[in-house]
Amino acid sequence: MSGYTPALKELIKRVEATRAARVEKARKGEHFPALTMEERQEWLRKYHPDYKKDGRRKLKVGPNKGLELPEEVARLLESKSRLDTKSIDLSRTDYTADLLVIGAGGAGTAAALAAQEAGLKVIVSTKLRHGDSNTVMAEGGIQGATQEGDSPYFHYLDVIGGGHFSNQPGLVAALTNDAPLIIHWLEGLGMMFDKLPDGRMKVRHGGGTCRKRMHSSGDMTGAEIMRVLRDEARNRDNDIKVLEFSPAVEILLDEKGHAAGAVLYNLETKEYYNVRAKSVLIATGGFGRLHIQGFPTTNHYGATADGIVMAYRAGVKLQDIDSTQYHPTGAIYPEQNVGLLITEKVRGLGAQILNTDGEQFCFPLEPRDVESACVIRECLEAGKGVVTPTGRLGVWLDSPMIDLLHGEGTVRKELPAKYIQFKRYEIDISREPMLIYPTLHYQNGGILIDEWAETSIEGLFSAGEVAGGVHGRNRLMGNSLLDVLVFGRRAGLKASEYAKNHKMGGKATLSHVDDFNKEIDNAGIKDPGVSPILLPDYAPDHVRERQVG
Amino acid sequence: MADDKKHKTLTTGDRTIPPEGAKMIAIYIMGREYMVPETLTIMKAVEYAGYSYVRGCGCRGGICGACGTFYRYIGDYRLRSGLACQTVAEPNMVIMQLPFFPANRPGYDLDDFTGSPHEELRRLYPEVFKCVGCGTCTRTCPMDIDVMDYIALMKRGDLKGAALKSFDCVMCGLCASRCPAQITQFMAAQFVRRAYGKYILPKAGHLEKRVEEVKSGKYEKLLDGLMAMKQEDVKKLYVEREREPDLAEPGKWMPKETNNL
Ligand SMILES: Cc1cc2nc3c(=O)[nH]c(=O)nc-3n(C[C@H](O)[C@H](O)[C@H](O)COP(=O)(O)OP(=O)(O)OC[C@H]3O[C@@H](n4cnc5c(N)ncnc54)[C@H](O)[C@@H]3O)c2cc1C
Ligand code: SF4
Ligand code: SF4
Ligand code: FES
Repeated sequence: MSGYTPALKELIKRVEATRAARVEKARKGEHFPALTMEERQEWLRKYHPDYKKDGRRKLKVGPNKGLELPEEVARLLESKSRLDTKSIDLSRTDYTADLLVIGAGGAGTAAALAAQEAGLKVIVSTKLRHGDSNTVMAEGGIQGATQEGDSPYFHYLDVIGGGHFSNQPGLVAALTNDAPLIIHWLEGLGMMFDKLPDGRMKVRHGGGTCRKRMHSSGDMTGAEIMRVLRDEARNRDNDIKVLEFSPAVEILLDEKGHAAGAVLYNLETKEYYNVRAKSVLIATGGFGRLHIQGFPTTNHYGATADGIVMAYRAGVKLQDIDSTQYHPTGAIYPEQNVGLLITEKVRGLGAQILNTDGEQFCFPLEPRDVESACVIRECLEAGKGVVTPTGRLGVWLDSPMIDLLHGEGTVRKELPAKYIQFKRYEIDISREPMLIYPTLHYQNGGILIDEWAETSIEGLFSAGEVAGGVHGRNRLMGNSLLDVLVFGRRAGLKASEYAKNHKMGGKATLSHVDDFNKEIDNAGIKDPGVSPILLPDYAPDHVRERQVG
Repeated sequence: MADDKKHKTLTTGDRTIPPEGAKMIAIYIMGREYMVPETLTIMKAVEYAGYSYVRGCGCRGGICGACGTFYRYIGDYRLRSGLACQTVAEPNMVIMQLPFFPANRPGYDLDDFTGSPHEELRRLYPEVFKCVGCGTCTRTCPMDIDVMDYIALMKRGDLKGAALKSFDCVMCGLCASRCPAQITQFMAAQFVRRAYGKYILPKAGHLEKRVEEVKSGKYEKLLDGLMAMKQEDVKKLYVEREREPDLAEPGKWMPKETNNL
């Protein structure tokens, strides 16, 4: 439990041996050369898990039938509803609202606030507590072209280039155009941004950016955003009612096929509630807890892809859902920190990635998928990974360079949470490097939306990590916090317009769920699962064996 | 399931599969004994024992504050505290999580204070000024925040100090659960941080300007231009874009090409 093992300490000496020369070069602005566009493609094809054939198969049902997906996602989408639709009495209504928001992370809360400002009554269904989400975990920062030498034009180029030009251009334009408005909105809500004494925002580079536009709040940017938005939602609790531990399990449609509400499930009393609403927003976040291909994940406990399951059954198409972001720097040591995200800020501040010989093998700020591919290649093909005592493979992230480049104490000041998280296990990351390997981080694709977060179903909106198209097949750091707020607010505004021009629909139905269940039977899927799964199951085998009857 | 087996051999995600020969230790979850492998966090140990969390688990990464936990070692009078997802389970720990604690949180309007931020604090949280200085909160905080000190700074009207001192707060509520003066420290601190961010921290002038430009529709035109372009041309622009040097001073550096700013 105490710091690095003697064997690892021995290996760290190799990192130390090359450090002075590397720091010297970095001071002069000399970098390890970045890959060319052609090399990027080749590296990705050969080493990125998304491009591997095994562990993937074709989807047999629904609007994306035929698409090749990771087994875990395919199985989830081909599962039956957890609802016995016959036993739900849809004539009973437990709650009504103008807008029902499903998921109280950044996107859902931003939408609730925007809709409330436009005069709506909002109900928010959420699985855990308000704010227990991926948003609260974001550390590094949020992008926005707010400085004079930058503009949404260059931000657009970075986003679409980083996404290998597979993004929806309209969504990228909305994202980058609104970014300064979002940063300004947050400032007005009293968010504690990192600023210079005169109030100017401190900004940094992130992987794949041509301008420094990463805004931050220590290394708790997402937590600070979530705290502020949640606090503001609580100030408006006359109009925004939050139902915690009550996840949605199916969307309700009306006779015209428009969104009409949802069925919620109280995780504690095991009751189902019917919520009727004029408009519905799915903002349930990502799918990290599916542990695709067995990878550990950085995601929160509730990231189980419920939103895409519910929308898919209602007939909404998904985009790029076969694309998963592996964050290049997940901790692999000590065992207690496995999967834990080491923010890109560490590399933004100058820390380099090194193999077991203490040598650089890639530019440290490639787009994330490329960077991950580089690390996997170095470990699996070049055989220059470091092996941990529990048999995990990884490479070094040389954090001590940061203090050497920016002055003593920078690590503690700029990365306080990371510093504490390792200090707990007696590793001082301002003196010793970290061991890292790619970890399952982000759902690149998701529900197909337009610039106003509308789906193909009238009255049904989607925003945040659960939606697709904004980042294409690869997302750059700092654009997701931005995405969830831009499209969350846009969804809230559009939903208000919609709710004002529409009456509450007629009879609510779950017939789309029955139809989907039938489609599964007809496709001959044997032993389908049950979804949404709501929470992952981490019981060990010896417990499962006894959980009989 | 066949697939499960295949994946197990690769990695374990978050399910604990102890390495062969792992040492087992006894822990006591709400008084009941369980044997778990050593070096797990309390959270993973509790799951290893067979519990599945509904409450008391959120981020699993030490930042959401869902997993505040009290514990004692058998034979030790001292009451200790930590986050279940961050604290390593040790032999003879008697563990109780506190997933929820009622907090006092009066509503307020950030845009409409009745007086100065300090006066507003006094109006909303008069109990803060009754702190007896016992230090229990500071000893309890799993984030090692000097809670008593930020309360003292609030009393004195040093809202900047209190905002910065309380910044790492994950709002787990453990401090409030132990306060003899019945103060909900972390909610008062949340108010103070927002008041500081809004009224004391200087505003970003460049942001104000940029917002005007966005509202004028200037960038929509530039972006429409990009969207109308052939992908090949956008690719070229992407590859040729100029990179701001890492150590450039914010607001001072300007690119060579300024047409699209
Ligand atoms: C460790 C980490 C670090 C990151 N760092 C950055 C960063 O530095 N910059 C950046 O831009 N992005 C970052 N990201 C990505 C970013 O934080 C997320 O993509 C984004 O916050 C997602 O926001 P969201 O509102 O869409 O989803 P979330 O914030 O995950 O919120 C979804 C909410 O929906 C709830 N929910 C789920 N299912 C249901 C259901 N069935 N019914 C009701 N509620 C449900 C969940 O419990 C959760 O509260 C990071 C992500 C992680 C995990
Ligand atoms: S100040 Fe209180 S609520 Fe905040 S982290 Fe410490 S104990 Fe928890
Ligand atoms: S526990 Fe309460 S009374 Fe004691 S120092 Fe903290 S705030 Fe003051
Ligand atoms: S689960 Fe979020 S702090 Fe422990």
